Amino acid sequence: MSVKMSSRQVGDVTVVDAAGRITLGEGASVFRDVIRDLAAKGNKKILVNLADVSYIDSSGIGEMVSSFTTVTNHGGQLKLLSLTKRVKDLLQITKLYTVFEVFEDEASAVRSFA
Amino acid sequence: MAERKLLLDSTLDSVEVAETAVLNAAREIGFHEDDLHQLGMAVRESMVNAVVHGNRYNARKKVHLSVVKAPDRLTIVIADEGDGFDVDTVPDPLAEGNLLRQSGRGLLLIRAFVDEFQVLPGQPRGTEVRMVKYLAKAS
Repeated sequence: MSVKMSSRQVGDVTVVDAAGRITLGEGASVFRDVIRDLAAKGNKKILVNLADVSYIDSSGIGEMVSSFTTVTNHGGQLKLLSLTKRVKDLLQITKLYTVFEVFEDEASAVRSFA
Repeated sequence: MAERKLLLDSTLDSVEVAETAVLNAAREIGFHEDDLHQLGMAVRESMVNAVVHGNRYNARKKVHLSVVKAPDRLTIVIADEGDGFDVDTVPDPLAEGNLLRQSGRGLLLIRAFVDEFQVLPGQPRGTEVRMVKYLAKAS
């Protein structure tokens, strides 16, 4: 299964729920397209919920970093929510914990954008 | 020791084939779930490097996979038929100025997920990656 992504509004924060695998090919490109589209439409507070993402490879990590840069360049913020242990490990190995703001619960994450 | 060899096309489908073959062998030895995940990821990254960067999806070039089972370890060799590359020229993805680069983290992840990792010039050409994961070190 590739990645499935859907978005919803919580106040002025756009929460993107991702599920599946973000890997080279369809998964990574779907992730990129969804975030770029949101940024292009003026969404400046984007919270990506990775609770149901089972697998991310280096291409997927690359798309997450690229999306972070895209949103930042549009004057917005991209933050991460509910990482699995495996995804946390990946962010630690790649030192991307120093780049992304990561939250365990949605309410705290949403408040952090204020 | 039992060895299985596969000759794979330079396609992304081959990444899945290689990952499945390695994980099947790893399960037979007795690796647990977290180690299977790490092995699968190391194989996936190595295969992507071979298909995308080594053989550049060239239909005339193959990827050579060897999986050797021993009671205490799994040895995986993935060789491409590309132009080869110098591993020392790959920018450090952990350097401050490289953290926001989109690519260049594959080798870092492979190193993190296996116990031994070597990148060698292929014979007669290309690149050969050798990885070993020990059962005794499994969590």
